[in-house]
Amino acid sequence: MVKFPNSPFFVLPGLLLAGLMLSGFPGVCIAGHLEIQIAYFTQQKKPPPPLSNLDPFVADKGIQGALLAIEDNNTTGRFTDQKFNLHEVVVPIDGDVVASFRKVLKDGYQLIIVNLDVAPFKQVAGIPEAERVLLFDIATRDDELRRTACFANTLHLLPSRAMRADALAQYMLKKRWREWFLVIGPNQQDKLFAAAVKRSAKRFGMNIVAEKTWRHTHDARRTAQSEVPVFTQGVDYDVLVVADEAGLFGEYLTYRTWKPRPVIGTQGLVATSWHRAHEQWGAVQIQNRFMERAGRWMEEEDYSAYLAIRSIGEAATRSHANDSAAIRKFIFSSDFALQGYKGRPLTYRSWNGQLRQPVLLAAARSMVSVAPLEGFLHPSNELDSLGFDRSETTCQ
Amino acid sequence: MKINLRIKYLLVMVLCSVAARAETVFVTLEKDNALAVVDPNAGKLLQTIAIGQRPRGIALSKDNQYLYIATSDDDSIIIIDADTYTQVGRLPSGEDPETFALDPAGKLLFVSNEDDNQVSVVDVAGKKLLKTIAVGVEPEGIAVSPDNRWIVSASETTNMIHWIAADSLTITDNTLVDPRPRAAAFTADSRQLWVTSEIAGTLLILDVESRQISKRIHFRVPGLTPDRIQPVGVLIDRERRWGYVALGPANRVAVVDAKTLEVEKYLLVGQRVWNLAFSPDQSRLYTTNGVSNDISIIDLREHKVTKSLKVGRFPWGVVARP
Repeated sequence: MVKFPNSPFFVLPGLLLAGLMLSGFPGVCIAGHLEIQIAYFTQQKKPPPPLSNLDPFVADKGIQGALLAIEDNNTTGRFTDQKFNLHEVVVPIDGDVVASFRKVLKDGYQLIIVNLDVAPFKQVAGIPEAERVLLFDIATRDDELRRTACFANTLHLLPSRAMRADALAQYMLKKRWREWFLVIGPNQQDKLFAAAVKRSAKRFGMNIVAEKTWRHTHDARRTAQSEVPVFTQGVDYDVLVVADEAGLFGEYLTYRTWKPRPVIGTQGLVATSWHRAHEQWGAVQIQNRFMERAGRWMEEEDYSAYLAIRSIGEAATRSHANDSAAIRKFIFSSDFALQGYKGRPLTYRSWNGQLRQPVLLAAARSMVSVAPLEGFLHPSNELDSLGFDRSETTCQ
Repeated sequence: MKINLRIKYLLVMVLCSVAARAETVFVTLEKDNALAVVDPNAGKLLQTIAIGQRPRGIALSKDNQYLYIATSDDDSIIIIDADTYTQVGRLPSGEDPETFALDPAGKLLFVSNEDDNQVSVVDVAGKKLLKTIAVGVEPEGIAVSPDNRWIVSASETTNMIHWIAADSLTITDNTLVDPRPRAAAFTADSRQLWVTSEIAGTLLILDVESRQISKRIHFRVPGLTPDRIQPVGVLIDRERRWGYVALGPANRVAVVDAKTLEVEKYLLVGQRVWNLAFSPDQSRLYTTNGVSNDISIIDLREHKVTKSLKVGRFPWGVVARP
């Protein structure tokens, strides 16, 4: 078992020492060497069914971004006498997630990057001993975790489905493409995204003129040419909105619809926190640095892990602390502003721990726009025009 | 009679040119891989010269004879003869040079290598790389104090100003500043360092003696949300009377009273204004506006924008030659 000098287990001698030093030198900032321990917790993922040869399955999504951020933090740490350490825990596919997580808590880790699906995430975040730690969820986009079922110990890095759908809706409103044809895949996640799309449609005054569920009766790769025209026939609409998070059929809709209409949603024009075509606001620099380190493009989970550990870095550097309470306090203070290569300072929503961030609207090989779009105003922060505002959640 | 007329004509010509103080403005065009040559008095683009890949930072040699231009994608700083516009040499620069600064004597050049987290020190005459200094993540702004005591490097992701002592060429101090520091400029008396923070939207005044932040200035433009205000280029005049800050996508240059350290006014210029340069007599300020592909010319006696001029795609750096 590893224990850290500044963990709560050693809080008493630590406090005494700090008290002694403070009493001797009132107002003097105690800098000194500081180690910041961060755990990265994930479970091995099963490769999805192969759909195309274009995009290979990426097994190390997330951790590569975490490693880059640790490197950046330690570059800064050279000047501030701080050392950031990352402890990676990978639970096997059939392993016991909760038991492994308990072990991480028992080892004294207070800052934990969590890369888990929604169900296991809820299990670990709800462990009573996890109450005093700070979790950085880099993998879920679940709306309920941000609206009704919040965990007070959690910060969410990825944009929620609601934020993504709002980003798309803002752009559609700007284009005045208001008549939507919604196509929903058979998976549970597709239904959740469709629900977010419906919420955004209502919010931004869009009309869902048709809604259909895609059933995998044939292999879309071979039969889309004949199936999609029939599927989309007989409806008048501006855009086809597709909800297919696993990417099982959405790619086959473009160019095959009965009417010549663009596709948006999970395929076609997508709303994402990161994209390989993104190059503004210094993004080229991190794209290059990431590519050099990982040998592949940065994925959303990598970007999230990067921002999570950079958040810790910012908080630790400026507050000279390494415990979850102090880091959390700084992150939610008005002094916190994270630079995330998107041209605006990133912060966290105090009511649900969601990272406020611009959402990129991208086609396969180009950036189309960035939400919030110009003109979508908000009384306190334009970024809060995306997703659940304070009044829309039951979380505090 | 004829001769007389010609002499009169010549006289007028000479007088005009003296009154207008002939000068040439050079602008690097990041996306055109070219250098624009501008006559600011006539308000005319004279010519565009093809140079290396992705030109950005630009400076003039102390004798005003040569231009140094960072051609980022060629990983070098090229030397251009300012009369003939031909390339006469090349300096080693480390990888992906963007911004750089000359020491007061014009002998050493300090380059930010953004991808490698280092500052390269280049001997200009010997065309040699003397030293590399490890700094924070993504170093960008760099400046040398006029009294030649300090070289400062601003690292954008580490959010720090690194103080490099000119005599030892080592970092002797660091100041934590607001997020994403972009540019730094010393006052002529070397007592203050002005630093812009793009993400916090602030201008920080650092006291050089203590290397601490002595003042933080926020910019507010009516009708613009704070996150559109992204300060980048900064310059202070020789008398330390006025400072000027380019506010990026706010499309404005802030005029800061250098005595009271209050914002005096905002001047509307082109879109995404980044870098600034004084005319040699400091009667004018030139701005590069990356998105509207033009430069703005500001009359500093009146604090008025007098002209904007299309120069080419993505104007980045600017320098005025007497």
